[in-house]
Amino acid sequence: MSVIEATGLRKVFGTTVALDGIDLRVEPGRILGLIGPNGAGKSTAINAVLGLTPHLGHLRVLGRDPWAARDRLMRDVAFIADVAVLPRWLRVWQALDYVAGVHPRFDRAKAEGFIGRTSIGRNSRVRELSKGMVTQLHLALVMAIDARLLVLDEPTLGLDILFRKQFYDALLNDYFDRNRTILLTTHQVEEIQNVLTDFMFIHRGRIVLSCSMEDFEARYAEVTVHPERLAAARGLRPIQERQVFGRSTLLFEHADRGRLQELGDVRTPSIADVFVAVIGSAGGASQAGGR
Amino acid sequence: MATPGSTAMPDPSSEPQAEESPAFRPAAVSPARLFYWSVRRELWENRFLYVVPLIVAAVVLFGFAIGAAHLSHTRLGGRASAHHAALTPLDFAVFALMLTYVILTLIYCLGALHNERSDRGILFWKSLPVSDAITVIAKASIPIVILPMITFVVLVVTQGIMLLAGHVALPDHGAAGAASWVQAPIFPLWAAMLYHLLTVHALYYAPIYGWLLLVSAWARRAPILWATLPVAALLIIEKLVFNSSVFAHMLLSRIGGGPGAIEYPPPANMPIEAPTLANLGAFLASPGLWMGLAVCAVFLAAAVRVRRYQGPL
Repeated sequence: MSVIEATGLRKVFGTTVALDGIDLRVEPGRILGLIGPNGAGKSTAINAVLGLTPHLGHLRVLGRDPWAARDRLMRDVAFIADVAVLPRWLRVWQALDYVAGVHPRFDRAKAEGFIGRTSIGRNSRVRELSKGMVTQLHLALVMAIDARLLVLDEPTLGLDILFRKQFYDALLNDYFDRNRTILLTTHQVEEIQNVLTDFMFIHRGRIVLSCSMEDFEARYAEVTVHPERLAAARGLRPIQERQVFGRSTLLFEHADRGRLQELGDVRTPSIADVFVAVIGSAGGASQAGGR
Repeated sequence: MATPGSTAMPDPSSEPQAEESPAFRPAAVSPARLFYWSVRRELWENRFLYVVPLIVAAVVLFGFAIGAAHLSHTRLGGRASAHHAALTPLDFAVFALMLTYVILTLIYCLGALHNERSDRGILFWKSLPVSDAITVIAKASIPIVILPMITFVVLVVTQGIMLLAGHVALPDHGAAGAASWVQAPIFPLWAAMLYHLLTVHALYYAPIYGWLLLVSAWARRAPILWATLPVAALLIIEKLVFNSSVFAHMLLSRIGGGPGAIEYPPPANMPIEAPTLANLGAFLASPGLWMGLAVCAVFLAAAVRVRRYQGPL
């Protein structure tokens, strides 16, 4: 069974189309990144998956309609919506007591273990903790839940780089396994490139590109072209060209690696660069196409 | 602790070899338990629910101690005040704590479903397997069950201390002086208070709490205005358009507490009566009670539905 299965997922706020017919299938054991500019519909999609907002179209999460069965679904789904959503008055021991009280799949000893590695005091209130500590606490709670799907919406927003690094390390080393699935959105695309198994570009409520990381490496190549080969390189129809330190860097899709090697240094591009190329052209296309 | 949990075991039930028996994996938590923890979280979040009554009780006792010290020094004052001793220290404790209770219920109800949205914590609560219905019912139980209990217990303890101190410290308490209240039987008063709290405040006022909770779930800001202004508008419109005041009378009779109420404070120099089955019968037989409970249920159901759609503000 797929963890998430959506066909024709739509969501409209007044006259704004937030999700314009999304088709999506996420299998167990994947780490999927939803990547898109602000207002692209990422958070709306995530809210629909979590049963926080009603939607049109077909959507099943672990075989259930999230809007109809949010509380039931939350036994198997955990999420961190943003930094600092833990109520500010909550004390650390209260958070542990409460989650242990209401969650059938919460391993309290495990959560205490995670918290023990940090400098978070048992009696502290959330409002007394730094932003990074709040995220550590929330992550400790969530990682101690034996959930099948973990949803992270901008989990590291506003954290410094050290915390962000620790956050993803903890997620990969202490949490993720083949039975679990993680769905996450972030603005710091570069930092999660090595974390993801799949990613999806979402733009104006539509999925523009959906790709696994294996496919990504085979599909996209970035070449810093020798100046004298530039004309030949352009002949191979790059999807994007930019100048880096005075040299032309061209991005190719579905190009023959052998031929690219002759043009210059070939690398796997960053998701961010492909994002700019793809979203840039998608934006142009949809403008040209009109609505 | 430091064991990396990323053992890629195929079955979630055999994953990170837990400290406790991995075989016991309850699939669900009973609604009673969810309710219990939901109420606990209300008491964690709203500590004023029991702190304020305790402070009020302490202030009342402090005032009582000063008054008692004064009384035991000036024996004359005792007789002088006997004429207008309609309000004994016991009555004073009742009024102070009842007023506190009423104010606390209003503050609590208006904030209950609003604060969790304004502090964004609602996303955390919604990330846990607790339904909106259980959450709302737990919140409704605070003014209807928990706060009356707190008020009653604090009242009994406060009056108990007063009586104890009165017996020990006040002279001539056998005489018909100002301290004659020490001799009056206390249990009818306690029975009457408990009866009053559970019937009038818990059950007869339930639709008021339901309305306030609904407003607090729905209003984006200033729930107190949304709770009161439409009511005021309705009163005015009815007066202007129909030149009638049916709604006003409805409200007044609701606040009046319905039939079967006990007169308090009792008429001058009469002892308080304990509630009788006749009181309870009249109360339970009043259609107003059941209509009010039905309206409360409708408001709460609406609040559940509204909360389902709500996110952080």
